[in-house]
Amino acid sequence: MSTQARSFTPYLFMAPAAAVLVVALLYPIAYMIYASFLDWNPSQRIGQATFVGLRNYTSLWSDANFRESFGVTLKFASLVVSIEMILGVGLAMLLDRSIRGMTVLRTIFILPMMIAPIVVGLIWRYMYHPTVGIFNRTLNSLGFESVPWLSDSFWSLTSIIIADIWQWTPFIFILSLAALQSLPRSALEAARIDGASGWQQIVYIKLPLMMPVLIVTLLLRLIDAFKVLEVVLVMTNGGPGLSTEILSLRIARTASEFRELGVAAAMSNYLLILLMILTAIMFTYTRLSEARAARLRQMSEEG
Amino acid sequence: MPTLKLERLCKRYASHEVIHSIDLEMADREFTVLVGPSGCGKSTTLRMIAGLETVSDGEIYIDGRPVSRLEPKERGLAMVFQDYALYPHMNVAKNMSFALRLEKKPKAEINKKVNEVAEMLGLSNLLHRKPAELSGGQRQRVAMGRALTRDAATFLFDEPLSNLDAKLRGQMRAELALMSQQVQKNMVYVTHDQVEAMTLADRIVVMQDGHIRQQGTPEELFRHPNSKFVAGFIGSPPMNFLKGVISQSGNETAVVGQGYKLSLSPEQAQRVSKQDNQEVILGIRPSDLSYAPDAKAEDALELKVVISEYIGAQSILLASCGDQNISVEIKSDQPVPLQETMKFAVHKGGLHLFDQKTEAAI
Repeated sequence: MSTQARSFTPYLFMAPAAAVLVVALLYPIAYMIYASFLDWNPSQRIGQATFVGLRNYTSLWSDANFRESFGVTLKFASLVVSIEMILGVGLAMLLDRSIRGMTVLRTIFILPMMIAPIVVGLIWRYMYHPTVGIFNRTLNSLGFESVPWLSDSFWSLTSIIIADIWQWTPFIFILSLAALQSLPRSALEAARIDGASGWQQIVYIKLPLMMPVLIVTLLLRLIDAFKVLEVVLVMTNGGPGLSTEILSLRIARTASEFRELGVAAAMSNYLLILLMILTAIMFTYTRLSEARAARLRQMSEEG
Repeated sequence: MPTLKLERLCKRYASHEVIHSIDLEMADREFTVLVGPSGCGKSTTLRMIAGLETVSDGEIYIDGRPVSRLEPKERGLAMVFQDYALYPHMNVAKNMSFALRLEKKPKAEINKKVNEVAEMLGLSNLLHRKPAELSGGQRQRVAMGRALTRDAATFLFDEPLSNLDAKLRGQMRAELALMSQQVQKNMVYVTHDQVEAMTLADRIVVMQDGHIRQQGTPEELFRHPNSKFVAGFIGSPPMNFLKGVISQSGNETAVVGQGYKLSLSPEQAQRVSKQDNQEVILGIRPSDLSYAPDAKAEDALELKVVISEYIGAQSILLASCGDQNISVEIKSDQPVPLQETMKFAVHKGGLHLFDQKTEAAI
């Protein structure tokens, strides 16, 4: 085989995947970007829609409902991710030890993550049910009043936050646990000899050393939290009012209920831009830390 | 200054006992080296002293105070680890001052102490580097610096030199010896390398299978090993062992084996006098033999030299005595012909006898 043909081989192997990528990802995105410049009703063919330039993008900012939905999304994402980080890392610290039954315990802890989101939504909807749900029944039997879990705007947001925390804390837990277990054991022993208490070991040694993993975990989780749909759709469908109408739900409703495909596309693009920024931050971060590690290695070799 | 005492110290993992009731006393400001092959329990013993492993049975006393239930930090120890165990995210100064910062010592005092130790170890211009930016030897020095900054009374070393290359190891060994002279603290040092043990120790403790086999000064262990194991472990190149039988004729006692007959000194003869025809193992150090064409037959081995390994001022000869192999260490300036059978005299006091069964020294 000639050198030229050989250098072509890798591309040949990648061609099927590339073709799928173009058809299933790039084409829809291009289509969506194009659509976002149109005033397009689903009953029209795309060719019949009128071109409106950036109007969909600009008008969104004067749309109070979009702004509220955006705000809800930000609030939801930042709250769930911060609480999940604290709980996940905390649990990992607690369960990073070898006692009997720990493997079983760890497996149980990561179960929620493995359940399909729709099912998670259904489970929680039944548990939050005003009369037959376990929460209110328990509260009532203890003599407390029922809580309007899904029918009050404060409680419904709280409820979906609780459900999301239940489902996704395990993700942070397993990644933190893996990070913890790969920490240099002897550095922790050195810290014990140096007189660090358990808490001081966490603050001065464990957390700083886990930081690279934690930052990537945080960004991954944040990206995911911005895209959440199914659980909220099943539990509250955005209500009451707009109190839980996160962005992806708003996009779906704009397309199907309000029949404004162009506006929905523009909204999707905003979300896409936001996620791309987060992804870029993540990649930049890993790139920077890799470069730093390489520089350190080089310096140590030069002595 | 504290003494360190181990009393019937045991370590069990589940039902498996790895340290079998060892007793050991280390005097004030003594450099004690625990040495033994891997798996002999020396590191486990050190880690129990440090408080990193729980004590299954027995007690550890530091200055008469039982400490086996105390946290590492309450024992007043500093430790240097095999892989240095530096904190990767802190620079050299931060690494060295970590313990002092935890104690909330005043900043000025911390800086003074760190600079003092850095000066002593030649780390002054590296204080702002991260561990990853240092070479192996520098990291090793920082690890020692971290221990020194703490002013602990007892220093523990867990194979601190084994991750370095041979040349650097020699250099660091010398620095360590110098440092131990300067700081005058209790040192407990674990190694599997008998050269390190011999060069650094005031006292060597030889361990095997969770037992202490012998302890004493390097010279005591070299001159008077109490068992075949210690004899073979201490000294490089290792001691030669030959099978033999005690034979008595008239007032002469000798050890006889395949291809040799060596007469014993009167003191040794006395120790074996009741043991005619007893099977023994004869040990001779390679350095206790020398090329002597006209030695008396009863003081010499007849050896056929197979290979001569030149290592500089000394050469190691690999030779055969009957069908057993034996090595001889001689000065390189005495050329020895190969493939010929020649006489090698055994130096006075160079014969070690061990019981065939118990392997204890006779």
